[in-house]
Parts: sequence; structure tokens; C-alpha cells
Amino acid sequence: MTYFAKPKLLRPDTPKNALGYTRRDYEGAISSLCAGCGHDSISAAVVQACFDLDVEPHRVAKLSGIGCSSKTPDYFLGNSHGFNTTHGRMPSVLTGAALANRDLIYLGVSGDGDSASIGIGQFAHAMRRGVNMTYIVENNGVYGLTKGQFSATADKGSKNKRGVVNTDSPIDLVALALQLGATYVARSFSGDKEQLIPLIKGALRHRGPAFIDVISPCVTFNNHAGSTKSYDYVREHNDAVNRLDFILPRDQIEASYAPGELRRVVQHDGSILLLRKVKTDYDPADRVGAMNHLQERHALGEIVTGLLFVDSTSESMHRHLNTVEKPLNQLGDAYLCPGNSALEALNASLR
Amino acid sequence: MKPTDIGAPDYLHKVVDCQWACPAHTPVPEYIRLTAAGRYSDAYMINWHSNVFPGILGRVCDRPCEPACRRGRVDAEPVAICRLKRVCADLKDDIRHRLPKPPAQKNRKRIACIGAGPASLTVARDLATIGYQVSIFDSGKSPGGMMRSQIPKFRLPDSVLDEECGYIINLGVDMHYEHWVNSLRDVLAAGWDAVFVGTGAPRGRECAVPGRQEAAAHIHIGIDWLANVSFGHTTKTEKRVIVLGGGNTAMDCCRSARRMGGEDVKVVVRSGFDEMKASPWEKEDAISEGIPILNMLVPKEFKHDNGKLTGMLFEKVRAEYDAKGRRSLLPTGEPDVLMECDEVLIAIGQENSFPWIERDIGLEFDKWGLPVLNPTTLQSSLPNVFFGGDAAFGPKNIITAVAHGHEAAISIDRFCRQRDLLRRPSPLTNLVSQKMGIHEWSYDNNVSEESRRKVPTKTLDKTLLDIKLELEIGFDPFLACAEADRCLNCDIATVFTDKACIECDACVDICPTECISFTANGEEDDLRGRLKVPAKNRDQALYVSDTLKTGRVMVKDENICLHCGMCAERCPTGAWDMRKYFYKTAAAGAEAPRK
Ligand SMILES: Cc1cc2nc3c(=O)[nH]c(=O)nc-3n(C[C@H](O)[C@H](O)[C@H](O)COP(=O)(O)OP(=O)(O)OC[C@H]3O[C@@H](n4cnc5c(N)ncnc54)[C@H](O)[C@@H]3O)c2cc1C
Ligand SMILES: Cc1ncc(C[n+]2csc(CCOP(=O)(O)OP(=O)(O)O)c2C)c(N)n1
Ligand code: SF4
Ligand code: SF4
Ligand code: SF4
Ligand SMILES: [Mg+2]
Repeated sequence: MTYFAKPKLLRPDTPKNALGYTRRDYEGAISSLCAGCGHDSISAAVVQACFDLDVEPHRVAKLSGIGCSSKTPDYFLGNSHGFNTTHGRMPSVLTGAALANRDLIYLGVSGDGDSASIGIGQFAHAMRRGVNMTYIVENNGVYGLTKGQFSATADKGSKNKRGVVNTDSPIDLVALALQLGATYVARSFSGDKEQLIPLIKGALRHRGPAFIDVISPCVTFNNHAGSTKSYDYVREHNDAVNRLDFILPRDQIEASYAPGELRRVVQHDGSILLLRKVKTDYDPADRVGAMNHLQERHALGEIVTGLLFVDSTSESMHRHLNTVEKPLNQLGDAYLCPGNSALEALNASLR
Repeated sequence: MKPTDIGAPDYLHKVVDCQWACPAHTPVPEYIRLTAAGRYSDAYMINWHSNVFPGILGRVCDRPCEPACRRGRVDAEPVAICRLKRVCADLKDDIRHRLPKPPAQKNRKRIACIGAGPASLTVARDLATIGYQVSIFDSGKSPGGMMRSQIPKFRLPDSVLDEECGYIINLGVDMHYEHWVNSLRDVLAAGWDAVFVGTGAPRGRECAVPGRQEAAAHIHIGIDWLANVSFGHTTKTEKRVIVLGGGNTAMDCCRSARRMGGEDVKVVVRSGFDEMKASPWEKEDAISEGIPILNMLVPKEFKHDNGKLTGMLFEKVRAEYDAKGRRSLLPTGEPDVLMECDEVLIAIGQENSFPWIERDIGLEFDKWGLPVLNPTTLQSSLPNVFFGGDAAFGPKNIITAVAHGHEAAISIDRFCRQRDLLRRPSPLTNLVSQKMGIHEWSYDNNVSEESRRKVPTKTLDKTLLDIKLELEIGFDPFLACAEADRCLNCDIATVFTDKACIECDACVDICPTECISFTANGEEDDLRGRLKVPAKNRDQALYVSDTLKTGRVMVKDENICLHCGMCAERCPTGAWDMRKYFYKTAAAGAEAPRK
């Protein structure tokens, strides 16, 4: 934890993106999380992803619930829109915002407590409705903000800081997202930015509900021996199915791979997901296969990571509901509120 | 790359860019912090020990530290290191009681120093304080050498020179003024235990073009003229003055002429503006005093009317560079330029000359007329004769003369004690954590974003009328504090303990200048290219850790680290720590480490 803001002094060779922004322009307020918290790494990965994608900060809306994880939107994209909702209610506020204005990029940030405990109903419905969003859960297996109680994602048998063993079965949000119809589903680790950043980029450019479960160690309450969400445990049990390279349509593809090693997924906007296989028989287009693989590996104590499922033909809620294209705030009062006679006419048509 | 050994003698010293660049290795950030804290006398003493003349250097040092200063790599301008030195000299209390006293018991060794410039005075100080009897011989009437005879009083008042030379002379140094040494053979015959030659580079270069002899009455060699001005023999100039040359001497000549009746004073230089030898600030000062600098003009002829100078003719040239980057100046073919003038000052360079050293006494000179010296020990081919300052390797500056003085004093002491001269005493170093609490450090780690403060000056209408009136007023305590705050504390080193690191990336993410990376190890070139921001400045080291748990290494590019300590504040395990590195050069009398 640091009291003062990062000094504005920049190295002269600071990299700039196509918009002329530096990475620093995508940062937010100085983080007040514990030193070494995985959540801060995820914030840095979001910054890097938005920098790489030349995202215009004012086109992003970041929404979160309550928790250390849900505080993080204050620490990145300081020039974007933000909404810090009540505990577990981020998905519905996000859904509402998306309905009102489809022009923004929606980034939901939540915790395992926020999404798998109090907000699990909201989580489920946002996934099944196909909201066009990137939904990141910063998963540390505990309620960090309230001093480290086990959350619903804590593994059975995992020990807390004082040695007490968790006896409840865990909720796997990845499995839920797959089952509920999310069209881009991934898991990663805050300590592996090389894997995480491309996954975030792919999600931000995906149409439909993109969900990323990021294991993010709580250094203060859940980083001891016996925890299954510690830096050491996750590093030892990380079982990646593939590595993703995210490629914008404008970029040249330089890497060359042996045939069969590579899978190419073109998203709706022309961006390309290049998946380098780590597990030869893993098919990220197979939802049921993904669910099975997840269960099998989990039974062996492994943490499956990578881009687990992607459906590049996905559609979003707007298509399902046939919503108006223009953001509501651009439609004008007369159009939004056509007046008594229009209401009368509507009522009459239903009589 | 191999893991970096930060215990290696120069590793952390190099990170303190200013101290590394200072020939006398003054602990700059330490005195800057003391200055900010209002501890002017303490700051002065730190300076005095390393550079001997803080008040003088705080006004006129060539400041090799400032172009090296780290702040200049992340901000428009470096810290005003030099002028902060002046602050501690100006605002200190009486420090005489803090100066060392020469030991009551002398060691019976007698040392002669020839010349009373900064080099000899430094030798005298270092040796007098450890029991040597030092005698200084100088042809002039007062101490200081060219600091007194050349540097104009509006840059360096006599009072400052008197004070700081006095501190040394009062150590019981025997001063022999108005004593021109005309034979080294005689000096050697007098049985001194060692002789130090600090006679400077006293001869000004000539400009031998037609008309020089005929119009000689109004043409002067710059350094001779400046000495005459300093000692009051010359009190005015003609109205239209041309100064030839692009170095600091030329700047002092033109600015002096401006103060002595010169109304139309200009500087004419062979080379381009940027290649001029004069420091940028000297050029700025001259220009601000209404003196134009004209470039790419080569003197061709002094025009005169029966010996009365009327003007000067110049040929226009352009620079051309060959494949090796060597420059030649070629005529542009345009018509020559005639400039009317009444007086010319020639300031196109200085040379060594040792007319008083016999060439048959075994003292070797090289083909440029410079003594053959061991570059480390400054010993000449006569074992008991040592050189330093401008006399050693040609004209440099005061701080180099001081640095030579320290080294020569070490050599003379070892010579007199029959020790191996090449085995040098080691510097004193110290590395201590500055952690006081979770977010508390014993230094101000919050980086100032302010820009460099300007030194207040007196108005030109006053200073142009009085050549002895010092132009600069110096920082007051508030300006000094604001300027000191800009220093990045480069001596507070980032020290990494690989065993403690859990590779959480917190330090990578927080570093404001993105200088920390965790990546696979490799050869230096490869590694430099693979960092979060590629490390292009090869003059600055990479700090590489041992292999970590994930098989990667931590690599820190020292180049643009702000020493803000954010990495250490963010590190959950204390793998980063901020430790103060103190480096003090060895002084004469210290023992060399055992082999
Ligand atoms: C115009 C001018 C401006 C300068 N401005 C700066 C500046 O702003 N900052 C800076 O750092 N440097 C400056 N310098 C350079 C600086 O003055 C010298 O580098 C420095 O003084 C060298 O010190 P020194 O001890 O080697 O000898 P000097 O200072 O040259 O002193 C040598 C002394 O030895 C005496 N001497 C010589 N031969 C004999 C003899 N045979 N017998 C007896 N006495 C003898 C001389 O009279 C002189 O007093 C300037 C130089 C000039 C010419
Ligand atoms: C309605 C409501 N119930 C309970 C709380 C108390 N509370 C605050 S944060 C939190 C858990 C947060 O856990 P998680 O989402 O995992 O975030 P973390 O701090 O672990 O990142 C709880 C239960 C609350 N703020 N509001
Ligand atoms: S309590 Fe845990 S989750 Fe919260 S900031 Fe600290 S380390 Fe992060
Ligand atoms: S910032 Fe301070 S310590 Fe660093 S080089 Fe400049 S003056 Fe020296
Ligand atoms: S913050 Fe500390 S523990 Fe974390 S990566 Fe940096 S040095 Fe290692
Ligand atoms: Mg949590």
C-alpha cells in the first residue's frame, strides 16, 4: 500500500499506443489493496489489454459489486465510466446499462464472494441472458474485505489461515458459466500475465457474455500452506489447455507453428484468436467436452486454465430482445416518452 | 546473465549518477538532503571533505554531475546540484571549529607544492591534516591560481576564495608568494621528500594571421588579459570588441569586456553553436548580456590602419564529416565577412608550458609537451615528483584539479611511507535499510514533479556597471528546499532478495517508470530487448537476480529508476528494500586493503 500517487515523470521512451496514450493513461487511483494482492495484477492486466487494444477510455463502463476485488475498478481506467453497485448486484446494473446503451464496452468486475455467494442468482441470469460484456471474477477463495472467511469457491479440504478445514463443496463459476450459456469462457491466474492479458483482450472484443475466472491469491488471508488458492499451489497445479495469442485484424501474424498445433478462431469483428494447443485433444468449440474436461481435471486436483470455450458465432441480448440500436440517451424525450395519446393507442390495441 | 553482485565496488556507486560523474565523487544526494533539512553546515562539511572548495565550486564548477544527473533523463532539466552546493556554503554557520586540526606531532616529511591553484591546495590540505609539513610556492601574491587570476569576480568574488583558501592555509601550510620557481633541478636539490607540480596550463594560444604583429597594441591573449583585469591592471576596453573562441574563456572575456566599457561586444567562433566548448549556461549568460555569438567564421586577417586596429576579416565555412566522423571546416565560397572593431581578445585555447623544468634531469615529457605520468598515481618518471591539475593532462577544470590533488596526496603519502603506490586505499562504503515503518522511509520518497528553479540574479543595469559585483544572488532557503526536493535520492538503492520473492508482480505493476520485469534469463542483449520496456541505455546496468521459483529472473533496468521506493512499499514480503549507499573516497593516510 502506498500513500502517494505514482509520480508523473515518464521515461522518454515510454511506449505509446495508436491513440498516443501511454499505459499510465489507462491507470486509475493508487490502489489501497494489500501489498502483493493478486487483484492488483489483474488491474495491471486490464490496463495492458486496453492499452494494446487502443481502447478509448470514455468508451468503457466498469461495474462492480462489493469486496476487495470490486474496489479495483477505482485503480484502473480512471477516465472511464464506473458504477460501484451493492453486494452481488453488479450483473443486474450492468444488464440495465447495456440495455440503455449498447455502444459502450461493459466490464464487470467481481469477487468470488460477490458472484458465487450473495450474487450467484444475478451471475446466473446475466450469463443466460447473453449480456454483451466481459465479466471478470477475481477469485481468491475468501471474503478478503471482511477478513478472510471461506467463500463459496473455496475447495473442500482447503485450510484457512488458522488451520480450519473447509467442509463445503465448491462452486466452480467456470462450470456454471459454461452450463448457463456464456459464449467465451476462460480461467487464468493473476500471477501469469502472459496468459491473462490475451484472454482479457479476446473477451473485450467478444460479442456476448465473456467470462474469465482469474485465480487471484489473497496474500493476507489465503496464501499459506494448505490453501488451494495460494501463489505456490496455483503455480504447482496450473493445468493450461492452450495458450492464446490475440490478434487484431490490422496486425501481421508473424509466428509460425507446426500444423495441427494451432487453432484459429475469427471473432465477429475480425479479431483473431490464435490458440496454441498445450493439450493435443482439447477442443475449445466443444461446450460439453469442456465441461467434462473440467470435472475430470478437478477431480485430480488440477486447476484447468486457458480459453476453455469460445463460440465465435454468438449473438448478444440485443439480438434476442430486438432492442433499439441507438443509445437511449440519444433518442430524445419525444421518442422515449411519446405521450398520452400513444399510451392510449397502445392500451386500446391490447383490449 | 549472471546474478548481479551489488557488493561489487562500483555497482551501486554507478547508480548514483551525479556522484559517479563528479571527479571527486562528492556524495551529492546526501548533501542535498541535508540542505533541504536546513542542516547547511553539515552539508558544507560533506562537500568540504570531498571537493575542498564548496563555496567556490557552488558558483563556478564545470558541473560534470549535471549532464549525468538521473533527473535529466526523466525531466526537462537535471537537479541544480551546483547551486545547491552554494546554498550550503552561503547559509552555513561558522564551521571553523569543525575543520580538522593538523596533528601536533609532525611526521617530519617535507613536501613542496609548486603553484597555489586548486590542485596544490588540495594536496596541501590532505597532507597537512595527517602531519606533513607542506610548502607552497606561487608566483602570484595570493592563493587560488587561475581561480583567482582568471575567473572574473562577478562569477567568483574574492571573499569566497579568501575564505576557502584560508581554511587550508590555516592548517599550517607555508605559503611562499611572489616566488617564481625557475628550476626544478634546484627544487630537487633542496631535499624535499616529494614535490608536487600544480602549475596549471598557463599559456594562451596565438592567432597568427596577417596583421597580428602590426596591430598588436589592441589585440590581447584572453587569459593574460583576464589576469590583468582580475588584478586591476586593465580597467577598461574599447567600445567595439571581438572575442575569438568558443570556450568558457571566451565567455569570460566577452562578459568582462561588457562590464568594462565594451558596448558592441561579439564572440566569433570557428565551429557551430552546438559544438562550442563553452558550457550551455555560460553561453546563455553571455547572450542574455547582449553579446551575439557568431558561428562558422574562421579568422583570416586583422585589418589595421597603420597599426591601429580597424576590424577583422573572417572566412565563412561549413562543417563536413568524413566516414570516421572527423570534422573538417570547408570554405563555403561566399565572400569574406569584415567586422569592424577596436579591440580583439584571443581566447582560442590554452597550452601547457614548463620553461622552468630542465629537460636533462630525468623528467620525461611526451610529444605534446606533457609530463609522462602514471594515470593512477600521477607519479612522473622522477619517483619523488608528482603532477596534478591542468599541469598533468592539459587544461581541465577546478574539480578535476581537486580530484588529482586527492590522488596525488595518497600517492605522496604512500611514497613517503615506502608503500606500493599502485595499491590504493579503498573507499568507505556502507549500505543500510531506510525502512522506518510500513510506508515510512527515512528519506522523502515522494517524487517532486516541479521543474528546475532559476537562480535569482541582480539586474543587469547594476552588474554591467561593476565588474566586481557578483551577478547571481543564490537560492534562498525556500528555493533551495524546492530544488532539493527534485533530487531523486539515487543513493537510496533498491536491493532485491530473491529468496523472499513470491513473484506476485506487485513491484512490476507499481513501478512508475516500468523498470522491473520478471522474465526468462538470457544474454544481455537479448534480455535488454525483452523487458517490459526495452533497456536501450547501455551505459546503465541491468540488475539481474538469481533464478526464482518459476525459473525466471527479476531484471531491473537501473536507467530510469526514480528511487521512489514504490516497489518496496508494494512488496508483500520485503523482497525489495530501500537501502542507503554511502560512498566516501579514500583519503591520504588510509591503508590499502590487504591482498
Ligand atoms: C578564463 C578561465 C575561466 C575558467 N573558468 C572555470 C570555471 O568556471 N570553472 C572551472 O572549474 N574551471 C575554470 N577554469 C579552469 C580552472 O581555472 C583550472 O582548470 C584550474 O584552476 C586548474 O588548477 P591548477 O591547480 O591545475 O592550476 P592553476 O589554477 O592554473 O594554478 C597554477 C598556479 O601556479 C602558478 N605557477 C605556474 N608556474 C609557476 C612557477 N614556475 N612557479 C611558481 N608558480 C607558478 C600560477 O601562477 C598559478 O597561480 C577556467 C580557466 C580559465 C582560463
Ligand atoms: C449486502 C451485504 N452483505 C455483506 C456484506 C459484507 N461483505 C463485504 S465484502 C464481502 C465479501 C467479499 O468477498 P469477495 O467478493 O470474494 O471479494 P474479495 O474481498 O475476496 O476480493 C462481504 C460478505 C456487504 N458489504 N453487503
Ligand atoms: S485482504 Fe486479500 S483480497 Fe483483500 S486486498 Fe488484501 S490481499 Fe487482496
Ligand atoms: S537525481 Fe539527485 S542523486 Fe540522482 S543524479 Fe541527480 S542529483 Fe544525483
Ligand atoms: S512485489 Fe515483492 S514478492 Fe512481489 S514480485 Fe515484486 S519482489 Fe517479488
Ligand atoms: Mg474473494
